[in-house]
Amino acid sequence: MMPFAPYRSSLLFIALVYFCAISDLSAQTTKLTVYDSLSQLEARISQSPDAVLVVNFWATWCKPCVEELPAFEKLQEQYAGQNVQVLLVSLDFKTKIESKLLPFLKEHRLKSEVILFSDQDVNNWIPRIYEDWDGAIPATFVFKGKKRGFKLGQFSDYAEVENFVRSFVLDTSNLANPTPLEYGTGK
Amino acid sequence: MKTLAFSVFILLACCTHSALYAQSAQSIPSAYGVGDPAQDFSLKNVDGRMVSLNDYKGSKGVIVVFTCNHCPYAQLYEQRIIDLHRKYKDRGFPVLAVNPNSPDIVPEDSFGEMQNRAKQKKYPFAYLFDEDQTVYQQFGATRTPHVFLLDENLIVRYIGAIDDNPEAPNSIKNRYLENALEAILLGGIPNPDFTRAVGCTIKKKKT
Repeated sequence: MMPFAPYRSSLLFIALVYFCAISDLSAQTTKLTVYDSLSQLEARISQSPDAVLVVNFWATWCKPCVEELPAFEKLQEQYAGQNVQVLLVSLDFKTKIESKLLPFLKEHRLKSEVILFSDQDVNNWIPRIYEDWDGAIPATFVFKGKKRGFKLGQFSDYAEVENFVRSFVLDTSNLANPTPLEYGTGK
Repeated sequence: MKTLAFSVFILLACCTHSALYAQSAQSIPSAYGVGDPAQDFSLKNVDGRMVSLNDYKGSKGVIVVFTCNHCPYAQLYEQRIIDLHRKYKDRGFPVLAVNPNSPDIVPEDSFGEMQNRAKQKKYPFAYLFDEDQTVYQQFGATRTPHVFLLDENLIVRYIGAIDDNPEAPNSIKNRYLENALEAILLGGIPNPDFTRAVGCTIKKKKT
């Protein structure tokens, strides 16, 4: 007879869950995916066809980019329930991952998905993302199905970021009577 | 009710119209394209003199580079810009550097700091301050560094990057600007005549 066994095992279970949550959190804050080619980034973008994907191109050396990161973090937090996914695509140099990027991610505890994009054939991949973008950062895109939005330069505040993304989020609520063109490939 | 239905229709039509790349108000001002004549301008150089584009009329052309002190990409290209001037000045293409940033946004890009930088790095070319930020907009520059190669008639012949590897000069595959210069010197047409690159956005004074 072991009267305390069930109690003990549930305690163990709670401890285990707690441990997982803690380690998951620390993993989340430093997790970094490295993409070397545009096709990898494109594959990531097409992975979430129903989501409102906010793709921000930034770098640790870019002051205005760093300044607007908290706004994207807030957006991710506030709109996660509305299928908004923020992708922070860093254009830091690959040789600076250990010395610059990882310490930065740790320090700022970024919760959004962070990708280091190191495709060196810049003149090729920039126009394939968007013809009218010439490579200056910060630059932010919104993808939702076939719809796209583009903003060059820094957002002045969170309200502007929210406003920029909101029309894409609101589209979902219109799905009851979609216009054929807008939702041709969607639901 | 009909009016409401109609306005909804108009609204949806507008949405549909902007379906592909709804661009926000701050779009890229692309003032000069390849083949356009550059308008003359006159800006203050780090030595205190006014320098204008027309001062370069005796040369075969001018390499106009929008660059600045603070941007890490501009810093990576600084020595290459100096080398380009040394290499091509005597062949008729001097460098003319222009700082388009507002020091209100980036104090490191003030006129005083420009003077310090030019002195410290012994810039062999003019380094001008686009103080009222009209010249970069006239050119349609969007980032630093951003090159506009002009010929002897001040016609824009090449727009874009210096080369394809900011980080490692030893691993450059395409020297876009040098290739364009050599093409023009041989009486040909640069190919490509337009390239893109990563860079810092130009810092515009808040109005």
